[in-house]
Amino acid sequence: MSEAKRARVPRRPRPGINRDNSFFWEGLKEDKLLIQRCQTCGELRHPPGPMCPHCHSLEWDTLKACGRGTIYSYVNLHHPAVPPFANPNPIGLIELEEGTRLVAGLLDIEADEVRIGQPVEVVFYREQEDDDHAIALFRVTDKSAEAA
Amino acid sequence: MSKKTLANQAAIVGIGATEFSKDSGRSEMQLAVECVTMALADAGIDPSEVDGLCTYTMDHNPEIEVHRLIGAKELTFFSRVHYGGGAACAPIHQAAMAIATGIADVVVCYRAMNERSNYRFGTGMQDTLPDPTFETAHYGWYIPHGLISPASWVAMSARRYMHETGATSEDFGRVSVASRDFAATNPAAFFYDKPITLEEHQNSRWIVDPLRLLDCCQESDGGVAIVLTSPERARDLKQKPVIVRGAAQGACDDQQMMTSYYRKEMSRLPEMGLVAKQLYQQSGITPEDIQTAVIYDHFTPFVLPQLEEFGFCDRGEAKDFVRDGHHARGGRLPINTHGGQLGEAYIHGLNGVAEAVRQVRGTSVNQVNNVEHALVTAGTGVPTSGLILGVDV
Repeated sequence: MSEAKRARVPRRPRPGINRDNSFFWEGLKEDKLLIQRCQTCGELRHPPGPMCPHCHSLEWDTLKACGRGTIYSYVNLHHPAVPPFANPNPIGLIELEEGTRLVAGLLDIEADEVRIGQPVEVVFYREQEDDDHAIALFRVTDKSAEAA
Repeated sequence: MSKKTLANQAAIVGIGATEFSKDSGRSEMQLAVECVTMALADAGIDPSEVDGLCTYTMDHNPEIEVHRLIGAKELTFFSRVHYGGGAACAPIHQAAMAIATGIADVVVCYRAMNERSNYRFGTGMQDTLPDPTFETAHYGWYIPHGLISPASWVAMSARRYMHETGATSEDFGRVSVASRDFAATNPAAFFYDKPITLEEHQNSRWIVDPLRLLDCCQESDGGVAIVLTSPERARDLKQKPVIVRGAAQGACDDQQMMTSYYRKEMSRLPEMGLVAKQLYQQSGITPEDIQTAVIYDHFTPFVLPQLEEFGFCDRGEAKDFVRDGHHARGGRLPINTHGGQLGEAYIHGLNGVAEAVRQVRGTSVNQVNNVEHALVTAGTGVPTSGLILGVDV
């Protein structure tokens, strides 16, 4: 795609990336969903931050998430309609199998089919094939499942 | 030695407001000085005596310029509180502390904005600022997925609340209908003489499912100001004193700015519970001693857990409280008798403080009988604040 044409295509807003969260965005580029882990007490945390709230350790590494989880909550955004997002745009709060939660757009499902409790799996999404940036979206793997 | 308390250390003696509109036709600074001088006139205090000013970090009118334009002389206290509507009661909290400690004698709290005609919060965040500060990084967890507006951030919490408590869109509608009923009889309200039915609520379009258009507050232009001084001086002024019986701020563990999605329990408002605990401790009263309340209503769903955090009903039972109409005209606890931000105007909750003052004075257009105490709460989903105002005894 030419640069001129690319400029006309509406893009998703990019995140602000700093020293505290860059590991997450770097991981997505390599198709890895990473969770920050305290190296001292082992607690997982998301959103990430420089200090462990449990033991105050500044030492941390990351755990590669398995990429599966369930929908803990969700919305369907109708207004304002902002390209390039689908309208309505289903967005989930995903509880990962590892226990942390994160917000992510939902794929392959109609807004009125989304339910709390549905199982999901991560999709590493690039707006253009050659993008040097990826985000983690989630695909609902069983539409019939619902929370008890 | 007795424990120090903020209770009964300050009084609200003046309130002022511009008209509420969708386009004020004048600068935010003009709105600010208009409402500030109206509030001082209501109190019977000369503007030259103002030595304290408090507002929100989101307000665009610097304290020093307001002070300069009203012709005041010496400013010994000025402060601002962050987190948008979560600040609603916090400038009053700041003012009460300044008065209690002798830092200032006459403090004016104000919020003046052309929110509707100038910038519209409801359009959402569509650009990422290049500067990777904490807040920019924070919004990066949401806006790349299209979760870009205050309504969307609240809707995520609302859905989980519905799942856990059985509250429905109709229950949110009952909050909206009651507010618009009060607005319909308040000539200052934007929606004066325009009540709605539950059916109209249910037929209103989705903004962010589960929030409908009529679950969302208005966007407004306008200004509101509140004057405080000591209770001793208040007794010699024009108006019946309204005593600050309690004032508090609250933020809790794993607190986020509108997106506290990571707590073990997501459908409660622990920061509002913390405010409630402090207010009841300071004032020494219980929920039964409160006759009316202004419950922050940027979006209807968060009105329900606030009723629970303040103990007006049990956990998960706010839906029954509103189904029984306890929050509506003639109910056990009429809330948002000015019409709320759904019906009167969205001035980041400071217009709600003014309504609680009128209820304690006995001058509301929708006056509740025998008001001794009125509760006011601030924005939810964010670090928040609250007040209990009472009659002078």
